[in-house]
Order: sequence, then C-alpha cells, then structure tokens
Amino acid sequence: MQTVAQILHALQAGEISSREITADVLARIERLDPQVHAFLTVTPEAALQAAAEADRQRLAARRAGQTPPPLLGLPLAVKDVLSTRGIRTTCGSRILDNYIPPFDATAVQRLKAAGAIIVGKTNTDEFAMGSSTENSAYGVTHNPWDLERVPGGSSGGSAAAVAARMVPVALGTDTGGSVRQPASFCGVTGLKPTYGRISRYGLIAYGSSLDTVGVLTQTAEDAALFLHLMAGQDPLDATSMDVPRPPQRLEGREDLRGLKIGVPREYFTEGIQPAVARAVHAALDVMADLGAAIEETSLPHTEYAVPVYYLIATAEASANLARFDGIRYGPRAQAEQMWDVFFRTRGQYFGPEVKRRIMLGTYALSAGYYDAYYGQAQKVRTLIKRDFEEAFEQVDLIAAPVAPTTAFRIGQHSGDPLSMYLEDVFTLPANLSGVPGVSFPVGFDDLGLPIGMQLMGPHFQETRLLHAAHIYQQATDWHRHQPDLLAGD
Amino acid sequence: MEIEPVIGLEIHAELNTKSKMFCACPVVDSTTAEPNTAVCPVCAAMPGALPVVNKEAVAKGTKVALALGCTINRVSIFARKNYFYPDLPKGYQISQYELPLAEHGAITIRTAAGERRIRVRRVHLEEDTGKLTHVRTESGEEYSLVDLNRAGVPLLEIVSEPDMRSVEEAKAYAMAIRQIVRYLGVNSGDMEKGVIRFEANVSVRWKGSDALNTRTEIKNLNSFRALEQAVTQEIARQSELLRRGEPVVQQTMGWDDARGVTVPQRSKEEAHDYRYFPEPDLPPLEVPPEWVEELRAALPELPYARFRRFQEQYGLTAYAAEVLTAERAVADYYEAAVEAAAPAVPAQTVANWVTGELFGLMNQAGVDIAAVKVSPQALADLLRRIAGGEINNNTGKSVLAEMFASGKSAAEIIAEKGLKQVSDEAAIQGWVEEVLAAHPKELETYLKGKEGVANFLFGQVMRLARGQANPKVVRQVLMRNLQERRKSLDAG
Repeated sequence: MQTVAQILHALQAGEISSREITADVLARIERLDPQVHAFLTVTPEAALQAAAEADRQRLAARRAGQTPPPLLGLPLAVKDVLSTRGIRTTCGSRILDNYIPPFDATAVQRLKAAGAIIVGKTNTDEFAMGSSTENSAYGVTHNPWDLERVPGGSSGGSAAAVAARMVPVALGTDTGGSVRQPASFCGVTGLKPTYGRISRYGLIAYGSSLDTVGVLTQTAEDAALFLHLMAGQDPLDATSMDVPRPPQRLEGREDLRGLKIGVPREYFTEGIQPAVARAVHAALDVMADLGAAIEETSLPHTEYAVPVYYLIATAEASANLARFDGIRYGPRAQAEQMWDVFFRTRGQYFGPEVKRRIMLGTYALSAGYYDAYYGQAQKVRTLIKRDFEEAFEQVDLIAAPVAPTTAFRIGQHSGDPLSMYLEDVFTLPANLSGVPGVSFPVGFDDLGLPIGMQLMGPHFQETRLLHAAHIYQQATDWHRHQPDLLAGD
Repeated sequence: MEIEPVIGLEIHAELNTKSKMFCACPVVDSTTAEPNTAVCPVCAAMPGALPVVNKEAVAKGTKVALALGCTINRVSIFARKNYFYPDLPKGYQISQYELPLAEHGAITIRTAAGERRIRVRRVHLEEDTGKLTHVRTESGEEYSLVDLNRAGVPLLEIVSEPDMRSVEEAKAYAMAIRQIVRYLGVNSGDMEKGVIRFEANVSVRWKGSDALNTRTEIKNLNSFRALEQAVTQEIARQSELLRRGEPVVQQTMGWDDARGVTVPQRSKEEAHDYRYFPEPDLPPLEVPPEWVEELRAALPELPYARFRRFQEQYGLTAYAAEVLTAERAVADYYEAAVEAAAPAVPAQTVANWVTGELFGLMNQAGVDIAAVKVSPQALADLLRRIAGGEINNNTGKSVLAEMFASGKSAAEIIAEKGLKQVSDEAAIQGWVEEVLAAHPKELETYLKGKEGVANFLFGQVMRLARGQANPKVVRQVLMRNLQERRKSLDAG
C-alpha cells in the first residue's frame, strides 16, 4: 500500500483509478481483517459506487480544465466513535449496536467534501475508554506485528488498519493518547492536534475537555494534509478555535537546524522498557545530526497526570454517557417501571470498563467529594498546563517516548485496570494541557515490535512538529517497515 | 403571638427567541405544535451533537436582568445539572450554577399594605425540558409519550431572596415579574401555555424574630391561583406545627393542580445530588460591558416607573395609573391618544374613555388592545369632536362602539348617520315653536308659574331633534321663547 501522497499523485496522473485503489483496499480488508479485526463495519458497495462517481468527477474536471477536490477518490477508514451519516456507528458498544447517525461529524464531512471515500469503521475500546481495544464489545483487534498482542488503543482499529496497509489513512480520536499510543504500538504515524483545532462535532464524547480528532497515516507528510483539510473553526462546536489553518504541505525546511528540542527528565523513569529508551535516544541522535539542539527540560507535574486525567475524563464521561438511556436510540431493555428501563438498559448494554469509569466520575462529582477530587484535579491540571508553557519558553519542541513499553500481550493487563491506566502516563499530559503531539516509528524492540516517539509543541504549532517528524522520516526508514503479515504482498 | 411567613420565589420564564438555547431549532408553541417537529440532533441529544449558545437568548436574558436592577457578570459559566428523566434527553440540563448571568437586583412591589422592595438574588440562563404525556388506553395499558419540541427552549431562572412576608406579596412579586418580561417583549406571559412557572420556598416564624427556619419547596406552580393556594396552605400547615412546637421537615413538595393540594415529593435525605460541574462543551459566556450598556440604553420605561409618571404627569388616580400601565401596549395606546387629543381634551378624560368605554368594548368582544381597530389618533379625534360640541357625550359613546365594530372614523360615522349636533338657532327655534304649539296645556301651566315644566318641554325639543340638538342652545332658545310668552301675557 502506498502513502496518501503517492496515491493522490497516481490518481492525478491518471495512473490509477479510484475504483482500482478502492477495490484494492476492499480486497486487502477481506484478506487481512479476519486475522486483524480492525474493522467493525465495512461498506464495500457504497465505497465502490462513490469511487466510480469520483472517477467520473475527475474526468469531468479534467475536461473542464478544473482542479478536482484534493482527496477525490481516496479511500479512508474512520474510527467508530466518529459519526458517519448512514453508516452504523457503535463506539464499540452494544448500547449503540444498531445506531445509524443522521449526520456526519464535521471532520468526516470536511474530508468527504474533499472527495474522500469511507470504506469502513474501525474498532475501538468501548467509548474510547481503553488503551488496547480489549474493551470493545465486538472483540479485540490484533496487532499486525504480532497477532497475539494488542494494537494499543483506543484507536487500535485505525492504527492496525494502517499498519496492515489495509487503508492508507484512518481517522482516530485522542483523549488521553488514543491516537499516539496505538500509532506507537503499530509502527505508524499518529497526530493528535491542539484541542480546538478540529471540530469535535459528531465525535461521540468521552472526555469533552480532552477529546480531539486525530489521524493515523504512514507519514507525517500525509498527516499534515489531513490536518489542513479537517482544521478550522466550526459554528457547531463552540470550543473550536478561530485560528488560521495549517498549510497543506511541509515546505521550506531541509533539516532541523535552529530547532531546540527539549527532553523531559520525568519521562525516562524506571518503569520504561530499556529498548524504548534506547530507540528514543537514538532518534534524538539522528535529530541532532540533522541540526537540532537537544537539551534536557522538565515537566515537574507529570506524575500527577494519571490521577488528574482519570478524575476529569471520568467526571465528564459520567455526564456524557447519561444520554444513552434507551429512550431515543439504541436497544432498550424492557421493564414495567420507567427507572428500570434506564437502569436495565444501561446495566445490560454498557461494558464493565465503561461502568467503572461512569461510577468513578459520578463519585468524583458527588456532593462532599467534588472539592477533593474533581476540584483538586482541575487545579493540578492548571499546573500541568503551566509546565508546558514554561517548557516552551525554553524549547521549540518536546520529545518523549509515547508509551513505557511496546505492544503488550492480549489479556496481559486484564483484571488490573490500574496497571493499564499507568500505560497512559506519557500521553495524558498533552491532552490535559491541550497541546499537539505526533507519534512516529523510531525503531523496534528485540521481538520486532515497533517503538514510537512523540514530539509535542505549543498550542497550534502542529506544523512545527509534523515538519520535524517529516525531516526525520526523510532521513530514516522506520516508517517504511511492514509487518511480516504482509510478506506475501 | 403572631406568625409571619418567609417566602422566596424561583420563577422560570421561557424566552421567546427565534431559535432554541443551544441549537437552530425554532421555538414553537409546544401546546399546539405537532410533537417532535422542532427537534434536531442537538436538542434530541444524538451522540456527538454539541451545544452552541444562542446570542439572542443572552441578550433577552440580560435585558430582564437589567430591568430587575441586577449586576451583569462579565463572565458567567454554564454548568451541567445531572439527573435522569425521559424528558431530559442529554441526562443533564445545561444551566448556570456558580457564576450566573446576573446577580443582586431588586424590584418594587405594591400590595394593599403598601410598597416594598424585594431583592433578586440571581438570574441565570438554562434550557427547558421536553414534555411527557402519560397515556392510559381503554384496555388499561399505560405508557408515556415524549415530545421534545420544548426541549432546549431558552429559560431564564429568576431567584428572589426570601423577602416576601405574605401570600399577597408573593403574588404581587410574581405578577410584577410577569409584567416586566412582557414589557420587555421577551415572554408572552401566557400562563396557560406554561411559559412562566413558579417554585416557592416557604418557612414561618414568630413575628419579630429574624430567624430563617426550615423551609419547604413547592414545585409545579403554573398559575397565580396555584401559587396563592399552595403558599396559603403551606403557611397554614407550618403555622400549625409552629404553634404546637413541632418541627417542620425540610422537603420538596409538588402542587397537584387537579386536587388543589401539595403533595410531598422528596425529603432532604432523598434530595437529588445534581453533581453540577462546568459545561466543558461551552467556553465561559462573556457579556462585554459595552453590550450591556447598549441593551440598557434600549430598555423601555418599566412598569413601576411608568405607573409613577402617569400619576404625576397626567394627574391620574393610582387605580387608573395601575390599569393603564398593566400592559405596555395599553400604556402606549393611552399616551398616544393623550398626545393626539391635547390640548382640547384633558388626559384624565382620555383615561376615563380608555378605562371605561374602550375596556368595556374590549371585554365584550374578548379582544386585547392589539386587536382594537380604533387607533389612539381616531379615539382622540372622537374626543375632540365631543369637546368641541359637534356631538354630545352620549352620542360619542355610540359612535365609539361603531368605530370599535367597523374600524370607521368618527367623522364617517357622524356623517353617515347624520349625528352631527345641531347648534343652529333658526332650526332650534322651529323645533321649539313646534313643541310649544303641540303642548298648549303644559305651556299654560308653565306660564302660570310652574317653572319645572320647562324641563319637560326641553325634553320634548330634544326628542323632536332626535338627540342631535345642542342641549345648551336648545335650553337658551326655549327659555327665551318662554320668557317672551310670559312678557306678552303680562302686557296683555
């Protein structure tokens, strides 16, 4: 599977048709997905029809001497927490088992307007609550690099689909690392933009003050294009910001000279897998060779990120998930009394992790506990934000591992939610502070599992970090490695 | 010892904006619209939908807050109030909690006991819920239907301090708030459509004490009558407990309008924990001071100020000023008529005609001032004609009735029906002679000294003139004729 840039080039040059590339994507899904299970829903008929229409449109544009929309005819997968009009959207939950949204998420709508074709919806931890896709009500997704291992999560389906080269690009969402961590586990590039950069309208909310729409691709260059197309204020999302859209292309820089990259000492703790630390340091050496100045920096409140996140995200989730009551959509449990309809519906159709987080969040907001939990968490969140502001007064970018380990075995953390929560320690701060982050492959461990590194930047400086990742990818080939699963391809 | 009630009111007033509080759905009359026709993904709480604040609702809410003398908070915060109910699609209501739109106001109310200031603690914006209809079929099957047309309609909550000391004051305060929102044109005041609802907090104490004793909250008060009855009952109940030395239990009660009684709903232990927290989907609401000043400058004269001015400027009684300022449209009508009628017709005369004749006609026809076909200028024109002697007062009343019915001008009606008052002495002399000729006996009686007969003769002339003769001139001409006859009799 080629990159987005390559496919678009071939489509524009007339070397390939949208029908061909879409048929190829569908064939790969059919061949590989029984092993990987990245997809919850595939829409071959609609996709092929849209591809035929895209080919006609491209021909018509060419005849009329017009420029076709930038993504015309490009197949795309979408995480199943993003609303897609007319296509089942489950959030990996039984409570939305047959829910078909009447509208597109703004991010999806913008990509469709740019000509992209949705081929299917990807697996996710239920309501994006998890770091492995094991919390999906529809079965775990398998890491294409080792089918016994998790792909990360919660955008594990999207990361696996791109890693297994079933699609050139997939949308994800990142509330606490849900794009960057699976990107790291699956050896692909994952962008979490600044909070407020891309509209959240149609993103089925988990933690509203943390949720972002992100994208998983093979290259930073491809991620930049998608960011460009999805970014921009949306009248339907009051938290989307009115800032200029980042450019479509990463241009004007040959190396990393003049760029100061800070490495926070709090991110290289004892729990980190040696291979991960080694790979990140090696990548930093490459960046130094490319002209970047590497220096140590500090984000002193990092250790509080896990408790702060699990109070704020769950508090918000406890309210966000209240609408799933069986009254207006989704399955409804039968009962004599109204309250029993609510309680049984929610009891039967929410999975255990979702229930755990709703209870945690409800507790954190309860009278008598609010100040000690939610209130306190908000105060510490402010300190974490300030850490970043202060660090970015000294450095242009912050480089860090994405996760303490490479992909773990399916079931390794089940039965111990806390050990799973601790997996998120390096990705949560970016969500709590709202800054952008990009994760990209920088090596492999002894088992051949991919290792990712993340760059974080000041608010709305996605282009700076994507550009640095792009320069790195020009100088290395970690992002071109493919899992053995694809050996025959 | 005497017992005194301590009453506070929470008033919910819908704002008549074009669209809902957080989405583009139109605000429709939820008592008549086809159920679930003004509904979208946002107000139906479809997964992934997000709220966006309606600026018109903020403007209207701010106007009310200013009219109540509140300080507008430059930044206020929306919060989620969490509870489950089938008429609440999101499972939380977006409201305001720690930082409301406005605080610290007060209004003047009037009761038989005099005027009092009642403080307004806070005014905040929120969204209304949907409506449930409970159905029981003939076969006994029971279920509920959900209508989300009203879900998300902007709602202003106005919370008073516990400053009211009688049922009369509570009612006067509630009516004053209704009057203000109607003056501002932000709410129709139509109680039957549920666009204004009340909740009362009631406690009692020995008069002279300043203790704030345990209170109960009464919900679901949808009319002034319900408010009056429920609060009266609750004061009586608590007073009885106080006299017996028994404690009042803090609880929430509901008013059962059909049975006319309050029903206990929840005790303090069962009270909801709404788990308020700042709404992450909405940034803090900023109301810039310049905007507030713009809105303040555009405020109309408010009912109480107008009530005072009408008495001072027009010399009206408190009663007349009260009726004429009860509704802004009536007050506007009155002032336009006064202006058009001046200087020939005094403002008090205009007030008498509006509150007497015009209100009478409106009551009979069952219409309000907006539907009246007689413009203030047309009424003034009629009153000027009466003052100028063109028609008399009684004819004027029938002309107004005709104007009210047909919308025609006074001039048209007077001309068509030949109602013009005759002041021409020659014509009147003719009628006088005719009457004197026709009543020789009465004339004789008069001439013999029975002065009272002149009135009978006067009546006969007026009758002959079909009421259109100028009574002043008729009397002059008649008396002159009678005196002449008497003189010639004396001479003869």
